[in-house]
Amino acid sequence: MATTQSGSATPSPLAAPRSPYARRKTTRGNYELYSWVFMRASGVVLLVLVFGHLFVNLMVGEGVHAIDFAFVGGKWSSPFWQIWDLLMLWLAMIHGTNGVRTIINDYAQRDMTRGVLKSLLYLAFTIVVVLGTLVIFTFNPCPPGAPAELLPSICFPN
Amino acid sequence: MPTAPAGTLYRGREGMWSWVAHRVTGVLIFFFLLVHILDTALVRVSPEAYNAVIGTYQTPIMGLGEAGLVAAIVFHAFNGIRVVLVDFWAKGPKYQKAMLWVVVGLFVVTMAGFLPRHLMNVFGGGH
Repeated sequence: MATTQSGSATPSPLAAPRSPYARRKTTRGNYELYSWVFMRASGVVLLVLVFGHLFVNLMVGEGVHAIDFAFVGGKWSSPFWQIWDLLMLWLAMIHGTNGVRTIINDYAQRDMTRGVLKSLLYLAFTIVVVLGTLVIFTFNPCPPGAPAELLPSICFPN
Repeated sequence: MPTAPAGTLYRGREGMWSWVAHRVTGVLIFFFLLVHILDTALVRVSPEAYNAVIGTYQTPIMGLGEAGLVAAIVFHAFNGIRVVLVDFWAKGPKYQKAMLWVVVGLFVVTMAGFLPRHLMNVFGGGH
């Protein structure tokens, strides 16, 4: 056995001469690498999601003039658009927050400034993502007591 | 200790300016996104509240703003694909300049498809 010899009479104070080189482990992890990969992967997915979103909301039919409560209610009564918008919300917010984080790191030179700006950024991220997710999942396209002419057609079967 | 100002002009030309444009459009889109999610959240308040706020998006001035927003998104999207190709395609760095002109070309074509339709909706027979 090449391990320490407990019974040795003259224990050497020096390290073994041929001990293999061990790279010191970084304590930082690969966070920046994952973030770099995420920007590219989510960017490609977002191109499809956002272009689809813009086409359906701005190009089809009357475009921006057709957007009102009934339009949104009609879209979100389908799980397809719920999932589409949920995915877009999360990917766009993480992608955008990470981009702004990079910009803050580049231009805010004082530690204090960087800390404050990034705290505000993460606070905005949390509020917007939680609110957006809740809205998509708890939305009622036919709220009781609302004027009928403002509601989507799915509220009036037959 | 001397400090160099961050973000100075370092090389100029297509590579740097497309990088600058990518940052500027990215920040613009991010702030719009925050506002857009908050205004959409009004559907949870009441149909009246949502329609009142979204109605202010349907004025000619906001219509022009939307055109600018779409322009920013289209550039950011196509240039983002160029960035991915520069990073992952072996010949990407060699063709980065040519790819920027492809991005500009695709941008012009996409906007030519979008703008007439959108401006007709904004300024045309709408409400």
